[in-house]
Amino acid sequence: MSSQVQGTQTFDKAKRAKIAFSEEAMQTVQKIIKRYPEGKQKSALLPVLHITQAEFGGWLSPETMDYVASVLNIKPIEVYEVASFYSMFNLKPVGKCLLEVCRTSSCWVRGSEDVVNYLEKKLGIKEGETTPDGMFTIKTVECLGSCGTAPMLQCGASFHENLTFEKIDTLVEKYRSEGKQRSYTDLDYKNTL
Amino acid sequence: MGRKLLLQQATVPGIEKLEVYRQHGGYASVEKALKTMTQNDVVEEVKKSGLRGRGGAGFPTGMKWSFLAKPEGVARYLVCNADESEPGTFKDRYLMEKTPHSLIEGMITSSFALGARTSYIYIRGEYFYVSRILEKAIEEAYAAGYLGENILGSGFSHDCYVQVGAGAYICGEETALLESLEGKRGNPRIKPPFPAIAGLYGCPTVVNNVETIAAICPIINMGGEEYAKIGIGRSTGTKLISASGHINKPGVYEIELGLPVEEFIYSEEYCGGIINGNQLKAVVPGGSSVPILPAHLILKTDKGEPRLMSYESLSEGGFATGSMLGSGGFIVYDETTNIVKNLYTFVRFYHHESCGQCSPCREGTGWMEKILHRIVEGHGKPSDIDLLWDVQRKIEGNTICPLGDAAAWPVAAAIRHFRSEFEEYINHPERINEVKHYYSVNQLQGA
Repeated sequence: MSSQVQGTQTFDKAKRAKIAFSEEAMQTVQKIIKRYPEGKQKSALLPVLHITQAEFGGWLSPETMDYVASVLNIKPIEVYEVASFYSMFNLKPVGKCLLEVCRTSSCWVRGSEDVVNYLEKKLGIKEGETTPDGMFTIKTVECLGSCGTAPMLQCGASFHENLTFEKIDTLVEKYRSEGKQRSYTDLDYKNTL
Repeated sequence: MGRKLLLQQATVPGIEKLEVYRQHGGYASVEKALKTMTQNDVVEEVKKSGLRGRGGAGFPTGMKWSFLAKPEGVARYLVCNADESEPGTFKDRYLMEKTPHSLIEGMITSSFALGARTSYIYIRGEYFYVSRILEKAIEEAYAAGYLGENILGSGFSHDCYVQVGAGAYICGEETALLESLEGKRGNPRIKPPFPAIAGLYGCPTVVNNVETIAAICPIINMGGEEYAKIGIGRSTGTKLISASGHINKPGVYEIELGLPVEEFIYSEEYCGGIINGNQLKAVVPGGSSVPILPAHLILKTDKGEPRLMSYESLSEGGFATGSMLGSGGFIVYDETTNIVKNLYTFVRFYHHESCGQCSPCREGTGWMEKILHRIVEGHGKPSDIDLLWDVQRKIEGNTICPLGDAAAWPVAAAIRHFRSEFEEYINHPERINEVKHYYSVNQLQGA
């Protein structure tokens, strides 16, 4: 038992050793920390977790969260409790493109259920699942502030609004052919109305 | 044509750039306040304007500002609540996306009035791309000398930062927002102390909605008294309304408070009527939290007077026959709408968004979701309606923050006004999916 625990720790250490922000990301993190008064660097936690998620494959592993704790000089538990509270942080791996379909009232009355059904059929997966190639995950989410342009879905930083089946076909094809991981922090967001 | 104070330039090409914004009179309020007014003058103008918080609660802004404690040597903060998450509300997103500088300008003028050296704009994480637009605007404002040290030689220095959230409705509650800004879970704080005494980092803090802060610019430019002439009674000025649902022209509209609801729904200038010529069934006038009203009560009060878009008129009759202006999230439902299913989407939302701190909200929202799920899946029992009523009653007023009330009110209102529809679906489950939204299918097929 004890050797097993020891083994896990060694494994984690080895894994952790490899975790580090890119130089560019680290610069952004340092810039963010300067926004707050001396000693209040914990305030940077949410923005830094967004960067972390974008840097390390679209989700937050325990190892990356520990790394964030060390960067911000706070306890790991302070990172875990925050990461598990907010819906935009993924604590399990997701596809490169997380398709978040809004399902609250205004989107619901304008067909969000049909959007989800269509996506499920098209991608051959259920809501909450990821395609075998790791490309897409379908997730239903609560109101994204796009009620006047419903139905809609968000993928990374981009809002895709006034959806039609045709638009869904086009965007799935586009994302598939690009094959890129989509993050909230992407600069090349494109909102399609 | 109503008067526009916030969106009059929203469609000007390039208005998101400082140069164009200035050509259209931008940053005049900063110039006026910092060069010709004292901090107190600005606060007085805002008091005179009668401006009320545009986030939903409608608390007088000038009064909120005057509560701010000013102990010597302690930092004060202005925090902009851009966490817009109330279902049906998307006005702040529109304003920030189209005219980001109007928010930055309001932040500077307001911070001057409050004596805040630093301000933060806390924006919901899903609006990440909007945070980029704001950051660009802030960068331009620094370069033009509207932010930073000794602004316009006035001796007032100010820094403004954008902070992104990460998906939590509760962070729109001001103390939860402050917790989140400190890098914690968004659990609302027990009040008192109010943020005006102990807010961000324990320092005196004012938290204002995006639209409230943007409205400071026209108030300073035209004077509080002039501003107060617009609108009706204690509902002064203009208000941004997010219109969505079964209407021909969804979108964000700036209205003069006091506009008749009927005109707002049916006039071509605004919503353009109900889609497909359908009948109006119900409206949620102020975001998902406020009571839903059936057509006859949204168009006219129970006294038979025309219902107006104002704080007072929309709440006329209390919750028995009225509702609230709230955040201005105006959701319209036509005759095809299944009110019970719609309520289910609301309750599912509140259950998902409850922070879990208070048992009545954490457990109550969960039970309401389960009961409604049972009904919309065709397994409802006749006793479910009274059970729902009982659960919502036990949540309201028994929680630290208003999320509990916000979850209870839509349930109570749906039962109050549409009880027979609950009974119909419970007694005849086959009717639940009978009506298909005409619109959604057609739209999705590109028709």
